[in-house]
Formats: sequence, C-alpha cells, structure tokens
Amino acid sequence: MYNFGTIYETTSVEDALRLKKEHPQAHFLAGGSDILIKVREGKLAGCDVINIYNLDELRGICLEEDGSILIRPLTSFTDVAMHPIIKQYIPVLGEAVNQIGGPQVRNIGTIGGNICNGVTSADSATTLKAYDAMLEISSIDGTRVLPYGEFNLGPGKVDLREGELLCGIRIRKESYEKTYGHYIKYAMRRAMDIATLGCSVNVTLSEDKKTVTRLRIAFGVAAPIPIRSTTAEASANGHAVNEALLDLVSEGALADVNPRTSWRASKEFRMQLVKEMAKRATKAAIEKAGGTING
Amino acid sequence: MAKKDITCTVNGKVRTYSVDVRESLSDMLRGQAGLDSIKHGCDVGECGACTVLINGKPFNSCIYMAIWAEGKEIITLEGLSDTKGAISDIQQAFIDEGAVQCGFCTPGFIMASIPIISSETESSREEIRRQISGNLCRCTGYENIVNAIEKTQKKRIAEKKSK
Repeated sequence: MYNFGTIYETTSVEDALRLKKEHPQAHFLAGGSDILIKVREGKLAGCDVINIYNLDELRGICLEEDGSILIRPLTSFTDVAMHPIIKQYIPVLGEAVNQIGGPQVRNIGTIGGNICNGVTSADSATTLKAYDAMLEISSIDGTRVLPYGEFNLGPGKVDLREGELLCGIRIRKESYEKTYGHYIKYAMRRAMDIATLGCSVNVTLSEDKKTVTRLRIAFGVAAPIPIRSTTAEASANGHAVNEALLDLVSEGALADVNPRTSWRASKEFRMQLVKEMAKRATKAAIEKAGGTING
Repeated sequence: MAKKDITCTVNGKVRTYSVDVRESLSDMLRGQAGLDSIKHGCDVGECGACTVLINGKPFNSCIYMAIWAEGKEIITLEGLSDTKGAISDIQQAFIDEGAVQCGFCTPGFIMASIPIISSETESSREEIRRQISGNLCRCTGYENIVNAIEKTQKKRIAEKKSK
C-alpha cells in the first residue's frame, strides 16, 4: 500500500490539466519509478497525485509532416529503444535509454518522467540536449514551446509552471538529418545503476568526411544540471577531422563542466572522465558518420 | 479510502478485484488472488522478486499501481503450470541446473526469463545476463540461473525447428 493522500483519476489530457489547475499541489503520476520510490522513502509520503499513466494519447512516437520526430512523454524507455523511427533516425537515443536500470524499469519508466524529474544523471537528458529537443508544455490555458536547453533550472527543478504538463518532445529534422551520435555512460555497474558521468556527442560531417560541419556535446553529472559544452562545440565546428580535434573538444569540455564530489565519485575523477569520454564519444560519433581520425 | 473495481486477466482467467486505490499490483495479487509466488523484496523496483508479465512484458509489480491493471493480461509464476499442475520446462530447468538455493528470488527470475526463452533466436550468455539484470540473487552467483535459461531457450528453439 502506498501512502498517498488523494489519487485523482484522469480520462484525457484536458481532464489532467483541469485537475492540475484545481489541485496545484498534486504531482503527476506517470510510470512512477521516481515518485513511488519517494513515497516509500517518506520524502513524498501523503502526497496527492494525478494519475496520467493510462492516458494513451500521451504515448507513442511519430514522424510529423514537417519531418520532425515527436516523442510523446509517456513512451517507455523500452518502446523508445525499440521504435523503428528512433532506430532509423536517432539510434543514439535508443542506445542511451537502453542503459537505464534493468528490463523491468525500462518497461515502466517514461522518457517524459526522466526529464521532468530534473536530475543531472537522467540518461535520456544528455542526448535530448545534444539534439536541441523542443518541449511542448501544456496547461489548461494553452501550449508553449520551450527549448529543452532552457528547461533545467537547478537540481530536480525544471521550468514547469503552475498547472503545466509536458505533452511532447520534438526533435526537428535539421537536428537529426545526416547526424550521427554516440552516448557513453560511465557507471560502477552495467545495470541498475546511476551514471557517474554521461556524455552524448553527435556530429555532422562535410561531404568528403574531412571536416566537422556541426558537433554538439552534452554531459550528465558534470554539473548540477545536464549541460552542453559550447566551448567544445565552437572549437570543433569547421575543424578538420583529426587527432587535434579530439583534444580541442576535450579541452573545451573541461572548461565548461563543473562536477562535484559525491559518494559515487570525486570531482577530480569526474574531470578525468569528462576529458576521456569527450574524446571517445566524439571519435565514435565521427566513425558512425563515416569519418576517420587521421584518415 | 476510495475503493475501485479492477477487471483484468490473471493467468488466463478474467477476474475482478475490489482494490484500495493506493494498492500496488503486488498487494492485489498476493492479498486478494493469493498468488504468493510474488515476493515483496525491496518494494522499490530494484530486486525483481515481484516480477510478473503484463501484456507479455516483465514489470516489477511492487511499483505498478493496482489501478493500472484494468484491462491488462497478467501472468505470474502460478500461470506457468499446466491445468494438471505440472511445472513448466523453465521451472524444471531451474531445479535440474541447481539454479535455486533459498528460492526467494526464483519466481522473479523465471518470470523475467520468459521473453528470453520465448525468443526465436538464440541469445548469447551476455544477452541473457542483460535480460535478467533487473533481478538480484544473493545465493547462487547467477551462473546456474544463466545455465537454466540458456538450456531452456535452446530446447525450445530446437522443438520449434523439429515441428
């Protein structure tokens, strides 16, 4: 038995948004793999929830007419990883969410919950950041679109205002076209573990595969929130595909991150991980794009 | 506290349970259906001892709300036996391979292994380990569990081929 206050049931998104307006203190309950655990731990004991898990209109992935990929927030990690659209256009996102927890957790956990929970270690967050995902956030009064880059306000704090619910995650065509990504999760165990550090890189190369036309790199657990390294990106864009590029990306990343010491790892170790994983993920992304370092 | 009627298929039979809306699926299935193969281990989705299949996929029933089960098809370890009560091949393989010591985690492991042993193609031991990575065992050291799953998967694939 869970120590909940009131559980509000919903039959539609509109219903859920109306309930959230009436009961601003209530938490939305999606897959529950964060909220139910916090209720058990006592941190959220007695809280009111609005149950949205049954709202199938918030589930699924589709390719829209404008070429953008729309991921609805209640899509489970398993369904993201298995989806043909993700496999074809953004395989790195599937590979990233496939490293969350274990099979049971990936069946219940949702991608929307992962980013709304707002923690820096969220495995989907780095890749979505690195692909400039756009968030569609609704309230009973309307919908606004927010770049995911502006969503995280602090540890566990996101820009969801009173009455709002994340209803869509969109990745635009120009963001995934001819783009190849790689994600590395460093953790103590290969399953059921939180990342000590996460790094997601994606690149677009010139026709001849000799020059980087666009590189985007994001880190998890390298700062209080998932972040992009703009310094690394600026020095990589237009750069030749060679060993020096890897060093520049690595140096740029080190300039932008601000990891802390926690029981999982020290700040110094995380800095070492940033340095090494930036290189390895960049190299892997370039190879997926058909480029070769010093080739 | 509010009560709600939940109708779902449990081990092939359509059932309706009157649940407290705060109950987990594991509470409902142990408490009302008497399906004691489901173990309350960690109760926070880390150990896998409460694993059941919901619409064919493994879930931790301790972090699955009973109210979400409406209309779902649920299979527990009890549902693996045939109508005469004879155990299934995977259960027998766990016995034969010595994959059971204290037995507390066993039903969860067996339920988590169902998608693997039902696969059309053979899995590597690494892939099997990945598929049971949401389940903890503190006795066996996992080797014999992987052996039992591997053996059953091979047996089932061979049976399908011979048909």
